[in-house]
Amino acid sequence: METAVFIVAAIITVLSAFGVILAKNPVHSVLMLMATLFAIAVLFVAQDAHFLAAVQIIVYAGAIVVLFLFVVMLLGVDLAENLRVEPIGGQRPLAIGATVATAVLTILLIIVAASDSSKPESGDLAGITQETGNTGVANLGRVIFTDYVWAFEIIAALLTIGVIGAVLLTRRAKQQEVEEEVVEKEGGQL
Amino acid sequence: MSIVAVAVSPSWYLILSGVLFSIGVLGLLVRRNPLVMFMCVELMLNAVNLTFVTFAREFGHLGGQAAVLFVLTVAAAEVVVGLAILVSVLRLRPGATADDISSLKG
Repeated sequence: METAVFIVAAIITVLSAFGVILAKNPVHSVLMLMATLFAIAVLFVAQDAHFLAAVQIIVYAGAIVVLFLFVVMLLGVDLAENLRVEPIGGQRPLAIGATVATAVLTILLIIVAASDSSKPESGDLAGITQETGNTGVANLGRVIFTDYVWAFEIIAALLTIGVIGAVLLTRRAKQQEVEEEVVEKEGGQL
Repeated sequence: MSIVAVAVSPSWYLILSGVLFSIGVLGLLVRRNPLVMFMCVELMLNAVNLTFVTFAREFGHLGGQAAVLFVLTVAAAEVVVGLAILVSVLRLRPGATADDISSLKG
Protein backbone atom coordinates (compact mmCIF):
# COMPACT_ATOMS: atom_id res chain seq x y z
CA MET A 1 0.00 0.00 0.00
CA GLU A 2 2.75 2.41 0.98
CA THR A 3 4.54 1.59 -2.25
CA ALA A 4 1.56 2.60 -4.36
CA VAL A 5 1.14 5.82 -2.39
CA PHE A 6 4.84 6.56 -2.71
CA ILE A 7 4.94 5.99 -6.47
CA VAL A 8 1.91 8.15 -7.19
CA ALA A 9 3.03 10.96 -4.87
CA ALA A 10 6.60 10.83 -6.17
CA ILE A 11 5.46 11.13 -9.78
CA ILE A 12 3.23 14.09 -8.91
CA THR A 13 6.06 15.71 -6.95
CA VAL A 14 8.66 15.47 -9.69
CA LEU A 15 6.33 16.44 -12.53
CA SER A 16 4.92 19.46 -10.74
CA ALA A 17 8.40 20.50 -9.58
CA PHE A 18 9.44 20.54 -13.23
CA GLY A 19 6.27 22.50 -13.88
CA VAL A 20 7.42 25.14 -11.38
CA ILE A 21 10.67 25.78 -13.20
CA LEU A 22 9.34 25.38 -16.74
CA ALA A 23 6.11 27.39 -16.61
CA LYS A 24 6.34 30.71 -18.42
CA ASN A 25 3.56 32.34 -16.44
CA PRO A 26 4.44 32.91 -12.74
CA VAL A 27 0.84 32.08 -11.74
CA HIS A 28 1.23 28.62 -13.25
CA SER A 29 4.49 28.24 -11.34
CA VAL A 30 2.69 29.05 -8.09
CA LEU A 31 -0.06 26.52 -8.78
CA MET A 32 2.50 23.86 -9.65
CA LEU A 33 4.33 24.65 -6.41
CA MET A 34 1.08 24.05 -4.56
CA ALA A 35 0.71 20.64 -6.24
CA THR A 36 4.27 19.77 -5.20
CA LEU A 37 3.58 20.76 -1.61
CA PHE A 38 0.41 18.66 -1.47
CA ALA A 39 2.26 15.63 -2.83
CA ILE A 40 4.97 16.10 -0.21
CA ALA A 41 2.29 16.32 2.47
CA VAL A 42 1.02 12.95 1.23
CA LEU A 43 4.55 11.57 1.58
CA PHE A 44 4.67 12.95 5.16
CA VAL A 45 1.44 11.04 5.95
CA ALA A 46 2.94 7.91 4.44
CA GLN A 47 5.81 8.28 6.90
CA ASP A 48 3.57 8.72 9.97
CA ALA A 49 4.25 12.45 10.27
CA HIS A 50 0.59 13.40 10.39
CA PHE A 51 1.00 16.65 12.27
CA LEU A 52 3.69 17.86 9.87
CA ALA A 53 1.45 17.02 6.91
CA ALA A 54 -1.28 19.20 8.38
CA VAL A 55 1.17 22.00 9.10
CA GLN A 56 2.62 21.66 5.61
CA ILE A 57 -0.79 22.23 4.05
CA ILE A 58 -1.84 24.99 6.44
CA VAL A 59 1.41 26.97 6.44
CA TYR A 60 2.67 26.34 2.92
CA ALA A 61 -0.46 25.94 0.83
CA GLY A 62 -2.52 28.19 3.05
CA ALA A 63 -0.12 31.01 3.77
CA ILE A 64 3.06 30.98 1.71
CA VAL A 65 1.52 30.08 -1.63
CA VAL A 66 -1.24 32.63 -1.12
CA LEU A 67 1.44 35.21 -0.33
CA PHE A 68 3.22 34.31 -3.57
CA LEU A 69 -0.05 34.66 -5.48
CA PHE A 70 -0.69 38.05 -3.86
CA VAL A 71 2.73 39.32 -4.93
CA VAL A 72 2.37 37.93 -8.46
CA MET A 73 -0.97 39.68 -8.83
CA LEU A 74 0.36 42.85 -7.21
CA LEU A 75 3.33 43.11 -9.54
CA GLY A 76 1.35 42.09 -12.60
CA VAL A 77 1.43 38.67 -14.18
CA ASP A 78 3.08 39.93 -17.35
CA LEU A 79 6.59 39.59 -15.98
CA ALA A 80 7.61 38.26 -19.35
CA GLU A 81 10.96 36.58 -19.13
CA ASN A 82 13.10 36.47 -22.22
CA LEU A 83 14.98 33.20 -22.02
CA ARG A 84 17.08 34.15 -25.04
CA VAL A 85 18.91 36.72 -22.96
CA GLU A 86 21.89 35.07 -21.36
CA PRO A 87 23.77 37.47 -19.11
CA ILE A 88 26.65 35.11 -18.41
CA GLY A 89 27.78 33.27 -21.51
CA GLY A 90 27.17 29.52 -21.42
CA GLN A 91 25.71 29.67 -17.93
CA ARG A 92 22.55 27.68 -18.63
CA PRO A 93 24.12 24.61 -20.28
CA LEU A 94 26.78 24.63 -17.59
CA ALA A 95 24.15 24.84 -14.84
CA ILE A 96 22.09 22.01 -16.34
CA GLY A 97 25.14 19.81 -16.78
CA ALA A 98 26.49 20.42 -13.28
CA THR A 99 23.10 19.89 -11.64
CA VAL A 100 22.37 16.65 -13.49
CA ALA A 101 25.86 15.34 -12.74
CA THR A 102 25.53 16.17 -9.03
CA ALA A 103 22.08 14.60 -8.85
CA VAL A 104 23.24 11.37 -10.48
CA LEU A 105 26.25 11.24 -8.15
CA THR A 106 24.02 11.80 -5.09
CA ILE A 107 21.58 9.08 -6.14
CA LEU A 108 24.43 6.64 -6.71
CA LEU A 109 25.87 7.47 -3.29
CA ILE A 110 22.50 6.87 -1.63
CA ILE A 111 22.12 3.52 -3.38
CA VAL A 112 25.63 2.43 -2.42
CA ALA A 113 25.20 3.60 1.19
CA ALA A 114 21.83 1.85 1.49
CA SER A 115 23.09 -1.43 0.09
CA ASP A 116 26.09 -2.02 2.35
CA SER A 117 25.11 -0.72 5.79
CA SER A 118 22.98 -2.56 8.28
CA LYS A 119 20.33 -0.68 10.17
CA PRO A 120 22.01 1.78 12.57
CA GLU A 121 21.23 1.91 16.23
CA SER A 122 18.19 3.91 17.16
CA GLY A 123 18.46 7.02 19.25
CA ASP A 124 17.36 7.51 22.84
CA LEU A 125 13.88 8.58 21.91
CA ALA A 126 13.12 5.36 20.07
CA GLY A 127 11.47 4.04 23.20
CA ILE A 128 8.98 6.88 23.31
CA THR A 129 7.57 6.26 19.88
CA GLN A 130 7.39 2.53 20.35
CA GLU A 131 5.89 2.56 23.85
CA THR A 132 2.90 4.63 22.95
CA GLY A 133 2.62 2.97 19.57
CA ASN A 134 2.54 6.15 17.55
CA THR A 135 4.67 9.09 16.51
CA GLY A 136 1.76 11.32 17.31
CA VAL A 137 1.31 14.96 18.05
CA ALA A 138 1.64 14.49 21.80
CA ASN A 139 5.17 13.12 21.54
CA LEU A 140 6.20 15.72 18.99
CA GLY A 141 4.87 18.44 21.26
CA ARG A 142 6.75 16.99 24.23
CA VAL A 143 10.00 16.96 22.26
CA ILE A 144 9.54 20.52 21.02
CA PHE A 145 8.71 21.93 24.44
CA THR A 146 11.44 20.08 26.31
CA ASP A 147 14.50 19.34 24.18
CA TYR A 148 14.03 22.11 21.65
CA VAL A 149 12.40 24.77 23.79
CA TRP A 150 15.15 27.34 23.18
CA ALA A 151 14.96 26.83 19.44
CA PHE A 152 11.23 27.32 19.77
CA GLU A 153 11.67 30.62 21.60
CA ILE A 154 14.21 31.84 19.06
CA ILE A 155 11.81 30.95 16.26
CA ALA A 156 9.18 33.13 17.92
CA ALA A 157 11.63 36.05 18.00
CA LEU A 158 12.56 35.40 14.36
CA LEU A 159 8.92 35.58 13.26
CA THR A 160 8.46 38.88 15.08
CA ILE A 161 11.57 40.29 13.42
CA GLY A 162 10.33 39.04 10.06
CA VAL A 163 6.97 40.76 10.42
CA ILE A 164 8.56 44.04 11.51
CA GLY A 165 11.06 43.83 8.66
CA ALA A 166 8.33 43.23 6.09
CA VAL A 167 6.32 46.18 7.33
CA LEU A 168 9.36 48.47 7.31
CA LEU A 169 10.46 47.37 3.83
CA THR A 170 7.13 47.83 2.11
CA ARG A 171 6.07 51.02 3.86
CA ARG A 172 5.75 53.94 1.50
CA ALA A 173 7.50 56.98 2.98
CA LYS A 174 5.25 60.01 3.13
CA GLN A 175 6.29 62.93 0.96
CA GLN A 176 7.02 65.15 3.95
CA GLU A 177 9.33 62.56 5.52
CA VAL A 178 11.22 62.14 2.25
CA GLU A 179 11.87 65.88 2.10
CA GLU A 180 13.02 65.88 5.72
CA GLU A 181 15.42 63.01 4.98
CA VAL A 182 16.82 64.88 2.00
CA VAL A 183 17.32 67.95 4.13
CA GLU A 184 19.05 65.87 6.82
CA LYS A 185 21.36 64.26 4.28
CA GLU A 186 22.29 67.59 2.75
CA GLY A 187 22.87 68.99 6.21
CA GLY A 188 25.19 66.09 6.98
CA GLN A 189 27.16 66.64 3.80
CA LEU A 190 27.64 70.30 4.55
CA MET B 1 4.89 -9.98 -8.82
CA SER B 2 3.97 -6.39 -9.34
CA ILE B 3 6.09 -3.50 -8.21
CA VAL B 4 3.42 -2.57 -5.65
CA ALA B 5 4.39 -5.65 -3.62
CA VAL B 6 7.92 -4.32 -3.07
CA ALA B 7 8.32 -2.57 0.26
CA VAL B 8 9.37 1.06 0.24
CA SER B 9 12.84 1.54 1.68
CA PRO B 10 14.04 4.87 3.12
CA SER B 11 16.50 5.27 0.27
CA TRP B 12 13.57 5.72 -2.13
CA TYR B 13 12.51 8.79 -0.18
CA LEU B 14 16.10 10.04 -0.10
CA ILE B 15 16.47 9.64 -3.85
CA LEU B 16 13.19 11.47 -4.45
CA SER B 17 14.38 14.22 -2.15
CA GLY B 18 17.69 14.46 -4.02
CA VAL B 19 15.87 14.74 -7.33
CA LEU B 20 13.58 17.43 -5.92
CA PHE B 21 16.54 19.39 -4.53
CA SER B 22 18.30 19.20 -7.90
CA ILE B 23 15.22 20.52 -9.67
CA GLY B 24 15.19 23.41 -7.23
CA VAL B 25 18.88 24.19 -7.83
CA LEU B 26 18.37 23.96 -11.57
CA GLY B 27 15.48 26.40 -11.48
CA LEU B 28 17.41 28.80 -9.27
CA LEU B 29 20.35 28.80 -11.68
CA VAL B 30 18.39 28.97 -14.93
CA ARG B 31 15.42 31.24 -14.25
CA ARG B 32 15.76 35.02 -14.01
CA ASN B 33 12.37 35.96 -12.61
CA PRO B 34 12.99 36.64 -8.89
CA LEU B 35 9.57 35.22 -7.93
CA VAL B 36 10.25 31.90 -9.61
CA MET B 37 13.68 31.83 -8.00
CA PHE B 38 12.01 32.13 -4.60
CA MET B 39 9.74 29.22 -5.46
CA CYS B 40 12.80 27.16 -6.32
CA VAL B 41 14.21 27.91 -2.86
CA GLU B 42 10.94 26.59 -1.43
CA LEU B 43 11.38 23.42 -3.48
CA MET B 44 14.84 22.89 -2.03
CA LEU B 45 13.61 23.47 1.53
CA ASN B 46 10.86 20.93 0.97
CA ALA B 47 13.34 18.38 -0.32
CA VAL B 48 15.33 18.80 2.88
CA ASN B 49 12.16 18.48 4.96
CA LEU B 50 11.42 15.18 3.28
CA THR B 51 14.90 13.96 4.20
CA PHE B 52 14.38 15.02 7.82
CA VAL B 53 11.10 13.12 8.08
CA THR B 54 12.60 10.04 6.44
CA PHE B 55 15.47 9.92 8.90
CA ALA B 56 13.15 10.68 11.81
CA ARG B 57 11.24 7.52 11.00
CA GLU B 58 14.34 5.50 10.20
CA PHE B 59 16.01 6.28 13.52
CA GLY B 60 12.78 6.42 15.53
CA HIS B 61 13.84 9.86 16.77
CA LEU B 62 11.38 12.73 16.79
CA GLY B 63 14.14 15.35 16.58
CA GLY B 64 13.89 15.16 12.79
CA GLN B 65 10.22 16.07 12.85
CA ALA B 66 10.90 18.93 15.25
CA ALA B 67 13.57 20.20 12.84
CA VAL B 68 11.02 20.16 10.01
CA LEU B 69 8.74 22.39 12.06
CA PHE B 70 11.58 24.89 12.58
CA VAL B 71 12.54 24.78 8.89
CA LEU B 72 8.92 25.51 8.01
CA THR B 73 8.89 28.54 10.27
CA VAL B 74 12.18 29.87 8.95
CA ALA B 75 10.91 29.36 5.41
CA ALA B 76 7.81 31.37 6.21
CA ALA B 77 9.88 34.23 7.65
CA GLU B 78 12.26 34.08 4.69
CA VAL B 79 9.41 34.31 2.19
CA VAL B 80 7.83 37.24 4.01
CA VAL B 81 11.05 39.27 4.09
CA GLY B 82 12.11 38.22 0.58
CA LEU B 83 8.81 39.15 -1.00
CA ALA B 84 8.82 42.46 0.87
CA ILE B 85 12.25 43.27 -0.61
CA LEU B 86 11.00 42.17 -4.02
CA VAL B 87 7.92 44.37 -3.84
CA SER B 88 9.90 47.42 -2.81
CA VAL B 89 12.51 46.84 -5.55
CA LEU B 90 9.97 46.19 -8.30
CA ARG B 91 8.00 49.24 -7.26
CA LEU B 92 10.97 51.36 -8.30
CA ARG B 93 11.89 49.35 -11.39
CA PRO B 94 8.93 47.45 -12.86
CA GLY B 95 9.82 44.30 -14.74
CA ALA B 96 13.27 43.95 -13.23
CA THR B 97 14.91 40.54 -13.42
CA ALA B 98 17.56 39.17 -11.11
CA ASP B 99 20.28 40.55 -13.38
CA ASP B 100 18.97 44.10 -13.19
CA ILE B 101 19.35 44.15 -9.42
CA SER B 102 22.86 42.75 -9.31
CA SER B 103 24.37 45.76 -7.57
CA LEU B 104 23.58 46.72 -4.02
CA LYS B 105 23.93 50.43 -4.62
CA GLY B 106 20.71 52.40 -4.65
